[in-house]
Amino acid sequence: MKSLLKMTWMEAKLFLREPVGAFFTLVFPLIMLFIFGFIYGSVPPPPGSDGLGAIDVLIPALSAMVIGITGMMAITITMATYRENGILRRLRTTPVSPLIVMAAQVVVVFVMTALGMLLLVSAGKLFYHVQFDGNALSLLGGFTLGSLSFFGIGFILAGLLPTARTAQIVAMVLLYPMLILSGAAWPRELMPATIQKVSAFIPLTYVVNLLRGLWAGQPWSDHLLDVGVLAGMLVLGVVISAKTFRWE
Amino acid sequence: MDPILQVEGLHKVYGATVAVEQVSFEVREGEIFGMVGPNGAGKTTTIECLEGLRKPDAGRVRVLGVDPHCEGQNLCLRVGMQLQQSNLPDRMRVWEALDLYASFYLKPADWKELLVELGLEQKRNTPFSKLSGGQKQRLFIALALLPNPQLVFLDELTTGLDPQARHAIWELVRAVRAGGKTVILTTHFMEEAERLCDRVAILDHGRIVALDNPANLIHSLEAEQRVSFSLDDGLSPALEKALSSAGRLEVQGERVTVHGKTDRQLPLVSEVVSLLTGQGTPFRDLRTEQPDLEDVFLSLTGRALRE
Ligand SMILES: Nc1ncnc2c1ncn2[C@@H]1O[C@H](COP(=O)(O)OP(=O)(O)OP(=O)(O)O)[C@@H](O)[C@H]1O
Ligand SMILES: [Mg+2]
Repeated sequence: MKSLLKMTWMEAKLFLREPVGAFFTLVFPLIMLFIFGFIYGSVPPPPGSDGLGAIDVLIPALSAMVIGITGMMAITITMATYRENGILRRLRTTPVSPLIVMAAQVVVVFVMTALGMLLLVSAGKLFYHVQFDGNALSLLGGFTLGSLSFFGIGFILAGLLPTARTAQIVAMVLLYPMLILSGAAWPRELMPATIQKVSAFIPLTYVVNLLRGLWAGQPWSDHLLDVGVLAGMLVLGVVISAKTFRWE
Repeated sequence: MDPILQVEGLHKVYGATVAVEQVSFEVREGEIFGMVGPNGAGKTTTIECLEGLRKPDAGRVRVLGVDPHCEGQNLCLRVGMQLQQSNLPDRMRVWEALDLYASFYLKPADWKELLVELGLEQKRNTPFSKLSGGQKQRLFIALALLPNPQLVFLDELTTGLDPQARHAIWELVRAVRAGGKTVILTTHFMEEAERLCDRVAILDHGRIVALDNPANLIHSLEAEQRVSFSLDDGLSPALEKALSSAGRLEVQGERVTVHGKTDRQLPLVSEVVSLLTGQGTPFRDLRTEQPDLEDVFLSLTGRALRE
């Protein structure tokens, strides 16, 4: 327990000392918000968005983007680099279990992701007076489920791919289309109908749907499919992550 | 007293490469045991089988009475390891690394003391990537000592260090042993093995080609000692005759070299000096050359160790 605490605290410090990771988690989403705010700030609500403005829809979508970035980039790159550089090798000679190593990552990246979302929501409130009709706790629950279900992807990629470099490239190649097609970085309503169909096969879509729904105050029962898919990913993620973990 | 570590018939193959073949030895409590050999001799493979990090293909390994491969968890509480290839995150500071690694053990050594003992006090806030090679190695020794181990493995501790840093590390290793710990180390510096180790196993192509204490290894060579000196007045026939009794002579201008055998009562040098002074011959630049482990390796394998 003591080692988990120490390790988590250490990883948090290391996360914040790494400018690239901190930028993509905390600053980049804000930049996206301001760009979209500039473009769509005054556009009337898109059809099918329950009378919410573009920015109101954007905040939960961008939160999903943060989840995608941290889950697939931050975790993948950190774990793959740790393995390639022999950092895990050094840890392997101690009694510390892989579970603790992974748990510390999960806690740190989760907190950073939450911080990223908090910044988004605060900026949205401050500059665009976004409308939030949901229940904060319920939103937090959805956010937690979405995050944890995505972290598994990061661990699996890091475990399966041979080097940090390939892990980073594969994660990027998977992530970018996912961000666009899921409607996380770009309002899905603005895309052609055929492309909207593709989004059903994109895991991040379910995070976007769930967060947008909870943000708009819809009940969980409207989102059983999303919850089902994400819960499935979470379980698979834990099982496969544990199986694919390699010290070296 | 039971040996602290036993290896019998250790065998490890990677594909078509036989990395370690029929390696057997024992390590006694309190000794500094060294494995020397050229690159690819199988030192790391052997030591990592002892550490439980690699699984032997055949052979029996007992470390502190247990099989390291099956009881790694138990063993890593009592054994300290420094690996040839391992790292810490670039931005982790020295004190943070020690503090973190100390939290993995129930009764760790006091890392603040280790910081001082290993001369890292000045560097406590330095990030890992900003440490020099020698400082990184000191930090890795400190990490290896955190569990208060009975046995410490050090793999290529001084490779890449300058001679001064290397000597400082030797002092640290001696201090570790003086603290009652057993040390097993690998190196490809024969001088290091000779100066630091109580017993040395010489490895080549995955096999142990010799195992003994450095003095015996060198003695077993029966290699010749050499003494050379310069004479201003040249070699007189009387002196030549007297010196010949000590060994074969080689004369180059005013420089004279005496090649003697090792199996002698007196050291060659004292015999030569007493002959010279007995005849009242003035001499200068007297030099002696002893065979060392380097010569032992050369004579065992027919190759020089140096790349
Ligand atoms: N993981 C591995 N996979 C395949 N071959 C390996 C592996 N590790 C070592 N070898 C091979 O086994 C042999 C012994 O390697 P080892 O690392 O044990 O040598 P070493 O004595 O430690 O050398 P060095 O002084 O360079 O560290 C070498 O031929 C090496 O190429
Ligand atoms: Mg080696």
